[in-house]
Amino acid sequence: MDNGAVTGPAMQGPPRRWWSWIGEGAVAVARGMGFCGLMLAGLGLVLALLLPLLAAGIGIGLLLAGPAHWHQTEAVALRVAPFAVMAVSLLLFPSVLLAVRALAIVTRRLCGEWCRVPVTDPYWPPPPDERLGIQGRLRWLLGDPAGRRDLLWFTVNACGGWVLPAAAAGLMTYGFLCILGGNRGHPVVAPPPAFPGSEPPVLIALGLALIAFGLWAAPWLLRGYGMLARSMLGPTGRAELALRVAHLAKTRADTLDTGAAEMRRIERDLHDGAQARLVAMGMTLDAAEELLDDSPQAARALLAEARESSAKALSELRDLVRGIHPPVLADRGLADAVRALALRQPVRVHVASDLDGRPPAPVEAAAYFTVSELLANISKHAHASQAWVDLRHQGGMLRIGVRDDGTGGADPALGTGLAGLGHRLAAFDGVLALSSPPGGPTVVNVEIPCALSSPKTSSC
Amino acid sequence: MRVVIAEDLFLLRDGLTRLLRARGIQVAAAVDDGPALLAAVTEHQPDVAIVDVRLPPTFTDEGLKAALAARAQQPGLPVLVLSQYVEQLYARELLAGRTGGIGYLLKDRVMNGAQFTDAVRRVAGGGTVMDPEVISQLLDRNSADGALATLSPREHDALTLMAEGRSNAAIAQRLVITESAVAKHIASIFLKLNLQPSDDDNRRVLAVLAYLDR
Repeated sequence: MDNGAVTGPAMQGPPRRWWSWIGEGAVAVARGMGFCGLMLAGLGLVLALLLPLLAAGIGIGLLLAGPAHWHQTEAVALRVAPFAVMAVSLLLFPSVLLAVRALAIVTRRLCGEWCRVPVTDPYWPPPPDERLGIQGRLRWLLGDPAGRRDLLWFTVNACGGWVLPAAAAGLMTYGFLCILGGNRGHPVVAPPPAFPGSEPPVLIALGLALIAFGLWAAPWLLRGYGMLARSMLGPTGRAELALRVAHLAKTRADTLDTGAAEMRRIERDLHDGAQARLVAMGMTLDAAEELLDDSPQAARALLAEARESSAKALSELRDLVRGIHPPVLADRGLADAVRALALRQPVRVHVASDLDGRPPAPVEAAAYFTVSELLANISKHAHASQAWVDLRHQGGMLRIGVRDDGTGGADPALGTGLAGLGHRLAAFDGVLALSSPPGGPTVVNVEIPCALSSPKTSSC
Repeated sequence: MRVVIAEDLFLLRDGLTRLLRARGIQVAAAVDDGPALLAAVTEHQPDVAIVDVRLPPTFTDEGLKAALAARAQQPGLPVLVLSQYVEQLYARELLAGRTGGIGYLLKDRVMNGAQFTDAVRRVAGGGTVMDPEVISQLLDRNSADGALATLSPREHDALTLMAEGRSNAAIAQRLVITESAVAKHIASIFLKLNLQPSDDDNRRVLAVLAYLDR
């Protein structure tokens, strides 16, 4: 809205006109008021957290310094009450902490939406065990430095940070009052010190100027406020590292699981397929050998059977190899492998590629199997007659677009295929986005950060 | 007939040599990489070169490139490409020249010596030989084609065999019908697919392949 660092979908709005700033200013002022409301809520929560300390202080003070001549029951009640309050507020302490976190999350989201300053949540991921005791929960909430920084933010915000979003509204209110004074003929509020004169026209002009300035400045002030919030609510370098480590640990575990499952599948396929066939072949050959002298005719039939068995074993091995690492991918790289894949689909698949190098082998394989799975889905479910695959490398990302002219309505929640793809891609920090409205078309976009190696030069 | 073989695995190279020699085909040279193939082709001027797709040093599609290079060096040189797997993409590249003398077969096919030598002879004679697996992939891909759906089951069988590059006589023998019946089926196929009929076996195969590989 104001400068180049604008992100997010809110960028596409109606075309700008010269008066756009008035509307934008008004919206920003309203949002500033919203932030002030949030500030009050935050202040309340901080006080609620401090309540046990406060109550304890009062209780101890009364115990030590309470007037000695109080009536017995009154004295007991007065001395017990603060401790009762302390006990209750201590019991509520975890809930208040959760509320603080929720409010901080809302603030971050609003910073992104209202101030155009996106702030990521910096928290530790929740502990894996769902049935965590209250102690574990507290340790998770209190141990996280991001939680302590939240409290710092709410305190700073209540102590003066709120002035930034409120300033525009304040200026404009002051402007309104000046105009009101100009109308009535005498100032309602004192004009600024050292202001030349308090005649009605001057006051009205001052009021209008202040309102205009407030409207103009509101978005800027809001943005400044967003940045201030980010400095405390955003992840610190350490927190970013911690988040990254947590993400890596998770994707590594997923990758290992997938790899192990794949190994088991290959083992089973070999065991039930080619290995079994070779054993059977050995037995058939043995039988043929025994029959060779007595009944050459029967031996011949057995030999033919053995040959057929070997052909089947070969064909099974071929399918297996294709599933592990497709030969064309090794030979020619992603673009040609996808072209070869396209030629095997029952629907027409158009492949466009402007890759002028090869991604690292693991990325290439992940990309290939992703496209393979997506095309298989299209053939099975989309009722499509054509599909398009687009391979590009842009901005340090391998971008793959797969689109069909089918009926749409693909739901990632149904079936495990898309979720499995997500896991596979996550290992490379890749992402998959699906858009499939009922009636189609289905569009899947995949992005994997990677560099391309220069094209291989052929030696013959 | 004289052939040159390029295959990097000793067992297969040796086996192929023995298989061909046993059936009266002379093996002029058996080499194990691309550059050696080019040299052998120049030196021996064989009737056909039998080439494995995967050759050293890269073990990718070096053999395919070497085969195409040999054909460029010696135009019209018949080439039979063998592979552990077949890809329609490679078949398309081999057929791009629209000339005969091209074969593309799974390595499995050497297990049937008689059929394999027959394929070698057909390629050497300027014919086109495509692996049944390539053809079944092509037919699968065209399963939604309306014109193909109008073929009778018999015509479908004949089309499959014809696309593999078999002669009328071979098709007749396979389908256990007379050659004139085969000719009738083929005429009907060409009519239904709206293809230009041709007496030349090879041109006929290429037309059918081009139709399926649109």
